[in-house]
Amino acid sequence: MSGSVRRSERHKGWRALALAAALMLAPPAAAEVPQRVVSINLCTDQLAMLLAAPGQLVSVSNLARDPLASAMAEEAAAYPENHGLAEEVFALRPDLVLAGTYTSPATTGLLRRLGVRVETFAPASDMAAVRAEILAMGTALGRDEAARAMVAQFDADLAALRADPATGPRAALYYANSYSLGDKTLSGQILAAAGFRNVGAEAGLSIGGTLPLEVLILAHPDLIVSGQRYPGASRSEEVLDHPALAALGTASARAAMADRDWICGTPYVLRAVRALRAARDGLTE
Amino acid sequence: MRLPYPALLAALGLAGALLFLASLLVGPAAIGLSDSLAALIHGQGEAVTLVMREVRLPRAILGAAIGAALGLSGALLQGLLRNPLAEPGLIGTSSSAALGAVLAIQTGVSAAFALALPLAALAGALASVAVLLLLSGPRGSTLTLILAGIGISSLATATTALILNLSPNPFAANEIIFWMMGSLADRSMLHVQLALPFLGLGALLAIPAARSLDALTLGEDAAASIGVNLRRLRLLTVLAAALMVGAATAVAGAVGFVGLVVPHLLRRACDARPSRLLAASALGGAAVVLAADVAVRLIAPDRDLKLGVLTALVGAPFFLHLILRTRQEGL
Repeated sequence: MSGSVRRSERHKGWRALALAAALMLAPPAAAEVPQRVVSINLCTDQLAMLLAAPGQLVSVSNLARDPLASAMAEEAAAYPENHGLAEEVFALRPDLVLAGTYTSPATTGLLRRLGVRVETFAPASDMAAVRAEILAMGTALGRDEAARAMVAQFDADLAALRADPATGPRAALYYANSYSLGDKTLSGQILAAAGFRNVGAEAGLSIGGTLPLEVLILAHPDLIVSGQRYPGASRSEEVLDHPALAALGTASARAAMADRDWICGTPYVLRAVRALRAARDGLTE
Repeated sequence: MRLPYPALLAALGLAGALLFLASLLVGPAAIGLSDSLAALIHGQGEAVTLVMREVRLPRAILGAAIGAALGLSGALLQGLLRNPLAEPGLIGTSSSAALGAVLAIQTGVSAAFALALPLAALAGALASVAVLLLLSGPRGSTLTLILAGIGISSLATATTALILNLSPNPFAANEIIFWMMGSLADRSMLHVQLALPFLGLGALLAIPAARSLDALTLGEDAAASIGVNLRRLRLLTVLAAALMVGAATAVAGAVGFVGLVVPHLLRRACDARPSRLLAASALGGAAVVLAADVAVRLIAPDRDLKLGVLTALVGAPFFLHLILRTRQEGL
């Protein structure tokens, strides 16, 4: 393509490219660096906002603006929003679309058939996956250097926060519909990083599943960790107000955590670990 | 072999009592038989007592009370409409009660004022029966009754789904299945306190209606000639059924087919006399819902299988069988 460009323009082009490369701190990948990136998944939204060069990210999903689900709702307000529909995404003329592995295959398939590069990211299920996601996003955006720096910071922060769960207090993750999470999940790993043993895992959960109320009561957890309450009402959340839980009284402390720090594998999981550490310190006092 | 009526009631009562006990003893937490009874009765063992008294006991009480209410409502409505297919689920009473309950919950009224939940469900149930009587007439033929029921129930279910889909709460939309199929999972003593007065009042109202329903089997004119006040009877029966279906649905969702299957199974043993069928259907309904609630916990302990799934699996073939029979009888 550059062959058809006149000599002076070509010179200018090279200069711009060199500038861009310097900005992106990733000269070798610069040739394939996407310039118009659209993210259609809550988690890729946040990773892309954290890592993209100025102007590189064109749009994020509407979920990124939801302060209950997104740790970066304020930042997301600066980007035009999309609703993850193939038609509106294609109209943004992206050269890279970032999606989750659970994004509708109809959407990603259609975009690929239209010739758009689509990168999918799996939901992180542990701290190692969080690191890998950050690095993968860095590669996708041509921002490897920034991603490596972020991972180094993440590792250092996590190491400073991490506590040994082996002898720690026992906590149960307990959400609407008696849903709980075992240790092979990001939430379970956040719990472990904060130095808690997982009651859900003791009850046989490795991934997510139901932890019946009566099993929870008999397990005597030191701490019951729940998410925040959502507006409007639901029968699903009623179990969190069950009189039997209230009757546990001081035997099991309760902690409500902001879901936004737990949902996605981003450095914001450290905020969740920090909040749990504070809850743990409150237990031992 | 035919059981005498008192023996029938005793047998149904015994079955209900045994299933009540089973409901208390079956659960995801494995607690020994003696431990669980000691905890329930004497309060031995703090956590076990909490499980028995605050988790399992309300579930068993609600299973029995709601089952009785549904069986009784079915028998009442069938007696009033003189139609074996009249059932709260089929004629749209349950789904309208669910709509009322969902409205109370989603507008936040029930959070501010707990009684609003059963009251709104009661209003929904009453409205649906009133519309049904308007559409099909007091003597409603099977066809108009079922068609009117389909219409009311589709409208109520769709409106419920619309409200839940528009809710800002991420869990609300998934609860459409609860309101359509019913469940007793994780109910508490608060729900027992909320529902029981309404269920009891409905059952009390059924008592004066019983005799009149017997007379009504002879036809409206004959019943009126022996002194039955038809207007009063209609009002009593509809109010009783609405009270019971409303309160039951408000706390447990719409559990279908109990009011259809139970009276049908017991009708012959009761000589097809509505007054006898009422008490028998209440006891039978309690046994059926308790059995279904024990079964959902045994079949899928960790899945919250919905009660209505089981009752419909048994009840829907019954319903089809009844349609076939009413067709053969040329109705």
